[in-house]
Amino acid sequence: MTIDWTSFTPWTSLAGGLLIGLAASLLVLMNGRIAGISGVVGGLLRPRTGDTAWRAAFILGMLLAPGLYAWVWQMPQSEITASTPLLVAAGLLVGIGTRFGAGCTSGHGVCGLARGSARSLVATLSFMLAGFITVFVTRHVVGG
Amino acid sequence: MQTLVAFVVGLIFGCGLILAGMTNPAKVIAFLDLAGPWDPSLALVMGGAMAVASAAFALARSRGRSLLGLPLQLPTLKTIDRKLVLGSMAFGIGWGLGGLCPGPALVALASGRHEVLVFVAAMLVGMAIHEFSSRKIP
Repeated sequence: MTIDWTSFTPWTSLAGGLLIGLAASLLVLMNGRIAGISGVVGGLLRPRTGDTAWRAAFILGMLLAPGLYAWVWQMPQSEITASTPLLVAAGLLVGIGTRFGAGCTSGHGVCGLARGSARSLVATLSFMLAGFITVFVTRHVVGG
Repeated sequence: MQTLVAFVVGLIFGCGLILAGMTNPAKVIAFLDLAGPWDPSLALVMGGAMAVASAAFALARSRGRSLLGLPLQLPTLKTIDRKLVLGSMAFGIGWGLGGLCPGPALVALASGRHEVLVFVAAMLVGMAIHEFSSRKIP
């Protein structure tokens, strides 16, 4: 294994992680809810009275975050290499998978692990392993 | 009030994802590429987020109710089944293919790039498929 030191951003990534942790903390301490993005979005597809406003507000906040960020700092570069058909497949898998698996990187990976949930540990290991294998195959077996 | 809190949380969460580098699919894929030139940055994102959130969840549990007096709504399901594992693995494959997970994808929508629009549209269709199928099979 070789580490790509030129791309490694320990401080900004740690600081970003702390902000994500702060956001998840605020939501559970103030509202008593889990900051799991797939769950927050998924809940809107089955609307229940009194349960939609906070979800919509959360998502609105996320959509407006780049505006706030760009106002204070410079937006980091972003590069998408996947083709359109691949992005469709990826989106479908992420949508179906996170709902059947009841969570994504935020719900299972951050909140679930933080509260010591065994289900979230299994889910996180499952999606990490699948992600590692997928990139290995696309980068080193069929592509690359 | 809880709507305002959720909005602010969304803003902070989104800024955290941008600062962390999660909204750059190339960086996410570089983290998942153990055999290539590996970028370990995202391990620090998860570590940092978990460190803060662990303390908050412990505090929330000991209080029992939220600071706004709302009930603590934590998942109660404990069963580890095929649905959990296969669903998570499907998500992992999609994550590895596109380099986007749900949070960063929503944040990246503001960039107006058609690639992100395509991904988010497909993701919502995927979620709707689950919704439809779980309504038919209770």
